[in-house]
Amino acid sequence: MSARERKTPLFQRALVNEALKQSIIKLNPKILFRNPVMFTVEIGTATMLVVCIWVAAGETSQGNFMYNVSIFLVLLLTLLFANFAEAIAEARGKAQADSLRKTREETPAKVMSDNGIMTTRSSSQLRKGDVFICEAGDIIPADGEIIEGIATIDESAITGESAPVIRESGGDKSSVTGGTKVLSDRIKVIVTSKPGESFLDKMIALVENASRQKTPNETALTILLAAFTLIFIIVCVTLQPFSLYANTPITIAAFISLFVCLIPTTIGGLLSAIGIAGMDRALRANVITKSGKAVETAGDLDTILLDKTGTITIGNRKATNFYPAPGIDEDTLIECATIASLADETPEGKSIIELAATKGYRHPATIGSAADLTLGLPQSRVIRFSAETRTSGIDLDDRSIRKGAYDAIRKMVEKAGYIFPSHIKNTVDMISSNGGTPLVVTENSKVIGAIELQDIIKPGIRERFERLRKMGVKTVMVTGDNPLTAKYIAEKAGVDDYIAEAKPEDKLDYIRNEQAGGKLVAMMGDGTNDAPALAQADVGVAMNSGTAAAKEAGNMVDLDNDPTKLIEVVEIGKQLLMTRGTLTTFSIANDVAKYFAIVPALFITSIPALQSINIMNLNSPQSAILSAVIFNAIIIPLLIPLALRGVAYKPIGAAALLRRNLLIYGLGGVLVPFAGIKLIDIVVSSIL
Amino acid sequence: MNTEIISVILILLLTFLLAIPLGKYIARVYAGDKTMLDPIFGPVEKLLYRICRIDATREMTWEEHLVALLTINIVWFAYGILILMNQGWLPLNPDDNPSMTPDLAFNTSISFVTNTNLQHYSGESGVSYLGQLTLMLYQFISAGAGMAMAAILFHALRERSSSTLGNFYNYFLKSCTRILLPISFIVAVILVFNGTPMTFEGKDTITSLQGDTVQVSRGPAAALIAIKQVGTNGGGFFSANSAHPLENPNFITNMVETISIPLISIALIFALGYYLNRKKLAWMIFGVMTGGFLLSLLPTLYFEMHGNPSLTTMGIDQSAGSMEGKEVRFGSAASALWAILTTCTSNGSVNAMHDSLTPLSGMFTMLGMQINAFYGGKGVGLLNFYIFIIIAVFMSGLMVGRTPEFLGKKIEVREMKIAMIVFLLHPLLILAGTAMSSYLLYLHPEYGWLNNPGFHGFSEMLYEYTSSSANNGSGFEGLGDNTPWWNISCGIIMLLARYIPIIGPIAIAGILAEKKYIPENAGTLKADTGTFGVMTFAVIAILVALSFFTALALGPIAEYFSMV
Repeated sequence: MSARERKTPLFQRALVNEALKQSIIKLNPKILFRNPVMFTVEIGTATMLVVCIWVAAGETSQGNFMYNVSIFLVLLLTLLFANFAEAIAEARGKAQADSLRKTREETPAKVMSDNGIMTTRSSSQLRKGDVFICEAGDIIPADGEIIEGIATIDESAITGESAPVIRESGGDKSSVTGGTKVLSDRIKVIVTSKPGESFLDKMIALVENASRQKTPNETALTILLAAFTLIFIIVCVTLQPFSLYANTPITIAAFISLFVCLIPTTIGGLLSAIGIAGMDRALRANVITKSGKAVETAGDLDTILLDKTGTITIGNRKATNFYPAPGIDEDTLIECATIASLADETPEGKSIIELAATKGYRHPATIGSAADLTLGLPQSRVIRFSAETRTSGIDLDDRSIRKGAYDAIRKMVEKAGYIFPSHIKNTVDMISSNGGTPLVVTENSKVIGAIELQDIIKPGIRERFERLRKMGVKTVMVTGDNPLTAKYIAEKAGVDDYIAEAKPEDKLDYIRNEQAGGKLVAMMGDGTNDAPALAQADVGVAMNSGTAAAKEAGNMVDLDNDPTKLIEVVEIGKQLLMTRGTLTTFSIANDVAKYFAIVPALFITSIPALQSINIMNLNSPQSAILSAVIFNAIIIPLLIPLALRGVAYKPIGAAALLRRNLLIYGLGGVLVPFAGIKLIDIVVSSIL
Repeated sequence: MNTEIISVILILLLTFLLAIPLGKYIARVYAGDKTMLDPIFGPVEKLLYRICRIDATREMTWEEHLVALLTINIVWFAYGILILMNQGWLPLNPDDNPSMTPDLAFNTSISFVTNTNLQHYSGESGVSYLGQLTLMLYQFISAGAGMAMAAILFHALRERSSSTLGNFYNYFLKSCTRILLPISFIVAVILVFNGTPMTFEGKDTITSLQGDTVQVSRGPAAALIAIKQVGTNGGGFFSANSAHPLENPNFITNMVETISIPLISIALIFALGYYLNRKKLAWMIFGVMTGGFLLSLLPTLYFEMHGNPSLTTMGIDQSAGSMEGKEVRFGSAASALWAILTTCTSNGSVNAMHDSLTPLSGMFTMLGMQINAFYGGKGVGLLNFYIFIIIAVFMSGLMVGRTPEFLGKKIEVREMKIAMIVFLLHPLLILAGTAMSSYLLYLHPEYGWLNNPGFHGFSEMLYEYTSSSANNGSGFEGLGDNTPWWNISCGIIMLLARYIPIIGPIAIAGILAEKKYIPENAGTLKADTGTFGVMTFAVIAILVALSFFTALALGPIAEYFSMV
């Protein structure tokens, strides 16, 4: 969770004011037409307005003027409340997005043309494919990818994280975001998005009504609600001839009140607010979603692929032990290992030097100037790690030192005609089965020992996986480690499956396999070679620091670059669906009490016998009808906080969860309105 | 506990006990496994297929199934009208009964093809024996067609991902020959031994104790009565249906006929469990249906056995319960049981006058038909229940935080649209029909359709449309219903209410069968749990109650509260 998440109260004054204004604007039938339930309420409200005028003009068959006006006002209020719910959700989402957008106000951009001439333009005039330069102290004017240089960048405006990050061309960390600040060095950046089409712009548009498409599930639910509305149109329309047959005149106000109370206005009024709030919650967790559907899908995930490093284990592996080969002195091994690691920029390489230092060995190069390119070792030639050889090291005058994976080294040793010592083979197996990663060190193709690298599993990660398992989500660890190491860490961290010695294609294959079995898969990635898998996954979360290709391929972008974010995303998706389901159930269950309030009131004069079903003992027909509509109206704002925050998800298994929600929202939905309508009736009848 | 109650419990227990093995047998039939009736009917079926040039092994899509069903139904419908409008001069008419008027023939033919068996005619004087035999054929094939639809649903639920769902003709013919025919045969034999006639001779003349001569109608009754009960058809041989002493002579035949009403409907639930190898799911469905059934039965038993309070205040002895319109040889409890069973299962045969039921009992019979899924008609009961399951799955799926799925298939926009159309149809037809008739009566009180004014008269109209739309066919009676308005309006409602609730669920099942199968995990809502059963029950109860509350309030509920 980012710092942004914790603050922001539900109703800020500025947001409320904006929402109030919007709730009146949204009364426009053209806008309201999108919501069939509330649109029919609007028709009812308009009809009541006509009735009020009719009664004012002297009509006597429709009850007194005050009563009709009260019904009209309560109906209008129902509409306003529903509009307000949507407007406040939008306003909150927009405010959230605006705070991000603020970071990208007009900034000057130093654009470099093809022939190398530099001009200064406003950031809003940048086009896709433009190249600009940023130096220390500059604000990056647009989203882009570094094509030249390396720089430290302050991304706190986006992530809330104050520690600067390093971005450089070529690698998986080449992406920069508009609005962040370059702290050091100079970079050349190519613009990757058209103006107004960056992820942030898309997100803001999503929250705003205009471009928000209904998600498939939202559409299906709207159909259900429309059918429930239709059924009550049928009920209310047929009631008219029934009452003619029974010689029971029913006023228009009573008809419309019955209708509005019965149709599912509660969920109808809150539905779009729930959807927007879902995306908003994702944004508050610093995840930008490209569509509302992605959030919904997240709730359905069956399998998630997690990178080991950074997600399951803290950062990188550390060297923990040296194991010299038989007949080799430990100091020799330490010295060789250190020399071989001097030019090694990886955290593992550095940790070897650190471990050597704790054993009392310091190479002159680590003490002297770092600028000494020969590392204090004249005539040296650094052998960089490559995926083919899977070894790295250094060549000196007479010594050739290598360190690398067991099988790669073994091949090399045997090729040179030596025998791989069985003692070291045992050591390697021992290290692997303990979850460590063994590195074998050779000097002139002879094995001199092994180094143990160990992973440190993040505290609390096991519990999180347990929670995911209870939700029915299978976790898969993806690692470049050998199968033995992977198995050990997988067991220790409590993941369900692992992909060892993973290449990018392996991820893609795994995802395709799972999907072929009907499962929904999520993964997180940052590199360009992750892009195909990100695109294939049902939910692909790209890290903001990742390459443009990765961000383009995924359907969510995590601004915090936090690999555990997937877990939060799943919960946000589930909350979204649950909130819809529970409020629908609540809304329908409410109808039972409303029937018992209104139906006896309709027939009180002509069929006194039906007073027996006035089980709430409401005061008069008029107070009963008014109480029911008032309850129907005020339940909407009362539930806005729940709609915005979402129903809490508890991983207790589907059956138990259903039981729990059925009790609270189903049974509660039947009982609450009995009490509510009775209370309102007491108040209303004392005023009337 | 008195013997009447004990007999009710006995009948129900016997029904349930018979239904389980029968369900297992039905599952075998639909799965294409060998049964002991194969040697008898196998060759007959082969011959029929050869004559009709049907390849009964060809796999059909859900659309092809529906086309096959509708095509043969249109043929039957036309054939029925033809026979009924010409029966007067056709053979097998010893009593010289006249041909039917076009509107009555229209209503009757639809009524029997759709498995409704609403009878706006009287059996003794309205149809010839040829007419009766034609109607009896329809009782087989309409029930068989409904069961074939259930078999297609079973097949669709079993498929992981398939576009074809077996062969319609195979399911249809096997339903008739392997299930309906043998059971009807057993029932008919029991009836014949207890005195039900089975003859092609015309009216008999007997001399009563007073010395008068009385003409007694008879005919091939036992065979028709058996399939009338077994196939949830309900159209009796005689006008008084199973209250007639020749149609239902004694308590034993009453027991057998009562058991025959829900037997196959309940067996189909267990067949689903055996066929899919999901016995827990079958028990869940059985539990929900039986729960709903008992909630209707128990108050009805209470009200019928306690009689009418207004009569009690007049000092009339009602220790035998409310006996108006009931047969003394059955008593009030057995009549109440029959009334609820026949309305819950879309059967529609009666052994007592429903018009004379106490008001709330009348309401429960109507509710049974308005829900139409607590056991329900042959095959179609399960299809109706399937729609409620889809709605319940949709709501509860959301409540557990997943997009809804049933048996590994996601429920999306298209399925919801179809489910909602089917769900809306039933209340629309019932309420709109009643509303139009109410309005006509309001404009033209001189039509005089109703025997009773006020709330009870309203119930009579509501019941007639409810019965038509539920394809039930029982009448509240007390309604002058052989008029063009009632014949045609009820006819149209029967048509719509038969085919749309078949097309809808089969389309949903077919679409779902084509979808990708999603394996279950810990977050999946399982449909075979008690909690989901409660959810389904609540969905049914609340939705149906909400749809019909206003109408019921103006009919039976108002009548009840005016009475007490």
